[in-house]
Amino acid sequence: MKSLYKIVALAAVSTLATSCFNKEKPNYQLFPNMYESVAYETYSESSAFKNGKEGQVPAQGSVPRGFTPEEYPNTPAGLAAARLNSKSPLDSITSGDLDKAKQLYTIYCAICHGDAGDGKGNLVKREKFLGVPSYAERELTEGGIYHVVTYGLNAMGSHKNQLTQTERWMVAAYVLKLKSEL
Amino acid sequence: MKKVGNHTSFSRILFLCLTFVLTFSTGSFAQDVAKGKELFNANCAACHKLDANSTGPSLRGVIDRHSTDWLHKWIKDSSGLIKSGDAAAVKIFNEWNKVPMNSFPNLSDEDIDNIIAYTSEPKPEVKAPAPGTAQAGGGASSGVSEMVVLGGLIVVLAMLVVMLVLVRRVLNKVADRNNLTVNETKSLPIWKAFVKNQFLVITSVILLMLTGAYFAFGFMMQVGVDQNYEPIQPIHFSHKIHAGENGIDCKYCHSSARTSKTSGIPSLNVCMNCHKNITEFTGSADSTYVDYSKEFYTAEIQKIYDAVGWDPAKQAYTGKEKPVKWVRIHNLPDFVYFNHSQHVSVAGLECQTCHGPVESMEIMRQHSPLTMGWCIECHRETEVNVKDNEYYAKIHEELSKKYGVEKLTAAQLGGLECGKCHY
Repeated sequence: MKSLYKIVALAAVSTLATSCFNKEKPNYQLFPNMYESVAYETYSESSAFKNGKEGQVPAQGSVPRGFTPEEYPNTPAGLAAARLNSKSPLDSITSGDLDKAKQLYTIYCAICHGDAGDGKGNLVKREKFLGVPSYAERELTEGGIYHVVTYGLNAMGSHKNQLTQTERWMVAAYVLKLKSEL
Repeated sequence: MKKVGNHTSFSRILFLCLTFVLTFSTGSFAQDVAKGKELFNANCAACHKLDANSTGPSLRGVIDRHSTDWLHKWIKDSSGLIKSGDAAAVKIFNEWNKVPMNSFPNLSDEDIDNIIAYTSEPKPEVKAPAPGTAQAGGGASSGVSEMVVLGGLIVVLAMLVVMLVLVRRVLNKVADRNNLTVNETKSLPIWKAFVKNQFLVITSVILLMLTGAYFAFGFMMQVGVDQNYEPIQPIHFSHKIHAGENGIDCKYCHSSARTSKTSGIPSLNVCMNCHKNITEFTGSADSTYVDYSKEFYTAEIQKIYDAVGWDPAKQAYTGKEKPVKWVRIHNLPDFVYFNHSQHVSVAGLECQTCHGPVESMEIMRQHSPLTMGWCIECHRETEVNVKDNEYYAKIHEELSKKYGVEKLTAAQLGGLECGKCHY
């Protein structure tokens, strides 16, 4: 009878030991002060700022180094003006640049606009997004494309935090190339 | 007879006519709606939805709000109608942030009528049991049945043990009744015999120490390793749906992986690029991935709106923001430097090389151990892709001469130097 108790006790201890593994909790660390940064890390909480976040919005009116403020405002009038007057500052699009532009287009645009720019991306095929026009049906200028990528238009959102200004101009050139091939 | 015959032929003709008229009319009506749907999806759906406000107002039953004539004029030339000072047109223009609607002069009167017919369709009734949830229920029940089988086995085993104890007791009682004494020869207890046998003691001690060391080593090696860490996130974001089913590129959302050390948790405006438009989870006809109900997913989309302060009814931001406290999964120790852009943009690695099959994960988890051994192993094996990569052209030429090899591994390029990652 005594041995039975021992067996039960052993089983209980081993279940307790193994059940402690919880995949929703991180594992313990040997020297936490070697692992955890003293300085605040990307996206971490920090008491250094009033709102308790490490990620801060730049001070109002500040301009990042090497950044040109957008010339045309995010208004229908701004779009109309950009369509007419805005010109790409890139001197010449080399073939290498077009390759990169294609990669960027595939990542950021093709999911709705389709690899060929025919408005039949995967999200449209799966009816998540509807009414994405083919580039062939629209009057496009590089300034207009740049404006739309920057600020978005109708159901399309802004992509200026995913693409830099240069990258947006590259994509605009690539879109025009696609349109000419449609 | 003759009369009756005539009568039947007449009624038959009448019946035929009626069926003809009926089929023709219903046929043409269905065609109207189908054509209208096609036209609506191609031209209107970018800004309008049937049952919800989007960039423009919802369009179901628009015929109750405006006359057919007015709608024709508006669709063909909305800005012209506004300029002409039409009261209804100006009102709509002002209500919807003064964003002019595209004009569609290319749509014929018939096209517009078809579209109006489509928008006048009554709202389809929601099917009570969605096929997806039924499937999910089936999956859960199979899990339950496994538990039942296991439980049954445990019960059977327990019963066997109890029966053995009972049999022993009965046998003892029988022996007592018959005055039988069980022959118990006094022999050495087993542990004493064991202690006396020195060879056995030494081998078992060595064996014990070896197994102990094995388990101790295994235990030590997993300290600080978070492989398979799968925390519950504040918003249930399914990589399986976004990256797998919808095929959205990883870098669409994690765009800073291309350009920065950190791969970046997408800010909520990236979510809103799509979810401004996609307000509810609909799944798809071929969906086999639905582990949760549609209502559950739609509620999760609502959480984005709450966090970013978006009012779907007014289609405007309220300014009340609540940052989402995502739980970080992949976390390298503070003493290691790792740069995403070096691996993603320069080396051109797929995200899946380190993060595993993320596109099939309903709940995101850490696929790789992220230990130093794991890093080193990959650096030793991976041949650097130098083709069309100017960044490596010169160093590749020099080093391949030095090592006398055609293809260089990351290690030969200096990927094993301590100072590259620890400084």
